[in-house]
Amino acid sequence: MDVFAESTPQAPARLDRRRLLLSWFALPSSALAALLVGAVMLAALGADPLTAYHALLSGAFGSSYALGSTAVKAVPLLLVGVGICIAFRANVFNIGGEGQIAMGGLAGTATALALPGLPSPVLIPLVLIAGAAGGAVWGAIPGAFKAYFNANEILSTIMLNLVAVQLMNYLLAGPMVDRSATGSVGGLIPQTRLLSKSSWLPILVPGTQLHLGVLVSVLVAIGAYVLLWRTSFGFRVRAVGLSRDAATYAGMPVRRTITLAMALSGAMCGLAGSMLVFGSISHRMVTDGSLNGFTGSAGFNGIVVALFGGLNPLWTILSAFVFAGLLVGGAAMQVVTNVPSDLIVALNGLVVVFVVSLEYVRRRARAAEAAERHQTTPGLIMPEPAVDGAAEEEPA
Amino acid sequence: MSQFFTSAILTATVASGIQLAAPFLLAALGETMGQRSGVINLGVDGIMLLGAFGAYYTALRTQSLLLAVIVGIGVGALLGLVTAVVSVTLKAEQGISGIGVYLFALGFSDLLFLKLVGTPLPINQLPAVKIPLLDRIPTVGGMFFENSVLVYLAFLLVPIVTVVLNRTTFGLNIKACGENPAAADSVGVSVSRIRYSTVILGSSLAGLAGATLLIETGIFQENLTQSAGFIAVALVYFGAWRPAGVMLGALLYGLTESVILTWKGLGIIPLSVSDLAATAPAVITVLALLTMARRFRQPAALGRPYERGA
Repeated sequence: MDVFAESTPQAPARLDRRRLLLSWFALPSSALAALLVGAVMLAALGADPLTAYHALLSGAFGSSYALGSTAVKAVPLLLVGVGICIAFRANVFNIGGEGQIAMGGLAGTATALALPGLPSPVLIPLVLIAGAAGGAVWGAIPGAFKAYFNANEILSTIMLNLVAVQLMNYLLAGPMVDRSATGSVGGLIPQTRLLSKSSWLPILVPGTQLHLGVLVSVLVAIGAYVLLWRTSFGFRVRAVGLSRDAATYAGMPVRRTITLAMALSGAMCGLAGSMLVFGSISHRMVTDGSLNGFTGSAGFNGIVVALFGGLNPLWTILSAFVFAGLLVGGAAMQVVTNVPSDLIVALNGLVVVFVVSLEYVRRRARAAEAAERHQTTPGLIMPEPAVDGAAEEEPA
Repeated sequence: MSQFFTSAILTATVASGIQLAAPFLLAALGETMGQRSGVINLGVDGIMLLGAFGAYYTALRTQSLLLAVIVGIGVGALLGLVTAVVSVTLKAEQGISGIGVYLFALGFSDLLFLKLVGTPLPINQLPAVKIPLLDRIPTVGGMFFENSVLVYLAFLLVPIVTVVLNRTTFGLNIKACGENPAAADSVGVSVSRIRYSTVILGSSLAGLAGATLLIETGIFQENLTQSAGFIAVALVYFGAWRPAGVMLGALLYGLTESVILTWKGLGIIPLSVSDLAATAPAVITVLALLTMARRFRQPAALGRPYERGA
């Protein structure tokens, strides 16, 4: 599209402005709209919105400790977001992040429990890889089901979430349970024993929670960008996502690409699961019986993050940091204003609704723009690709 | 194991299975109507949550379960209207917008619960209504004919939705919009009006499902539904978009849940293994999905916003 724009310098400036407005301000304006709704809700609940948002900001970004906590909170969001980018680019909706995170956490934890004696430089990469592998399996299943049996992935991922939560509860209460400690009611607590110290993710900045996982996840995001836009595999993923038929016609292995994309997407979520366990403060895997008890809803929030990052892994880094700030700051806001931090979850939902709703307005504006160009410069018509507009937003 | 097969326990297990199936069934029937008209509503779980909270708050304040149910339905209808605006008028990607609605409702219901309800108290139970004569049938009577009004309503809706879909103009229009909206449009059927009505109706049923779940549970808590709404969406696929099939799926979930509860109560299986047994319906659903996808076709325009001339 950018090349096209340069070739028609006579296109009215008004259109460019409108396009700029729609493409670059759509996301911030969605966030702004959500924050405004949030302010109304805060006021309705008897809290001063300004005080609340100030507490939120300083709680998220106000000190080096706050920044460290935000960065750590961003790790699972970023990894899941990157996974979502990969799957969505292949036009597969991965709603199974929650289950894939849990399976990754379990695989990593099992590895650390089995090999407690290994030194850190060996064990840490090993548990991270094990986590990624666990998630990859849990992502590959619905991927293969979609590719080979045409089974709807939204459904199969949701079902696999349900299987994952029961499997997690079973393993943490049974085979993997810590037999040395009993809970207040006498029974065993559904958690593992303290994981060996050599598996803990090292703290990078003393006095904060900032651990190695932050660095690793940013590198992984950059790697995913390179994979998607600089390799033939990434090209195939995007081609399959844009048009499965065209990709088939071009002789691409469509089914294998879909399965691999979902496996990779699951691997990212699984890695997030490992990060949650080995970067946790308790250094064990615990369950309260629900998936979001372990994941903190990262599997769903990661979708928000990826959407906000324009389905581009690099922008997702920034987006993950911002949303992590909201989540961390939400806790601070709760302390100051006594408004539960659930408000942030609700606002995240609103952001998603606003972003996808604006998408249509943007598409229409683009179509109108293309039609107008068509009138001024005949012969330069380009069919609008039937893609979601987010595809256009790769940074140069 | 033998004690499980005494008729009293068997009757109680089946009866509670039917009761547990009702919320799944209500939500899934609503989703069926929406999907038949071409709209996927993934926000069902969220709508159930807010519907349940609305019903809970009303019941706490007014002590009236009837009002509670009405408020549950109303909350559902309101969220249905929002869903319809987003997915029909603004033509948003339905898979994602539904997740947005879900997240919003998940956070908002708990926010309201924590702020508006100081100490969570249990609400009144709905009395079981015995169907005269039928409830006297040994064993079977106790299984099927001693339930609450809401449970009967859920199962009564199965034939009703079937007839509406297959025997009325409205139903035929719904299916036309789901299969070929352009054709429906060309003969003067308003695609958006049909889709608005199915989404709002379906969401009202989701709100009712939330209220039903709440009344069965007796008290509200954070994330009360535990993904029941997502299961309901899956049941629509499981039942191949037919109300009777959807009902079978809902019964499968309800019965599995109650069998596991009974087993746990009787100590037949260790607690940790019951988690493993609870995966059975999900595994069956995935396997069913694999065979269904080959045998039955989803509505051709499912998940595709309609644009005239596109």
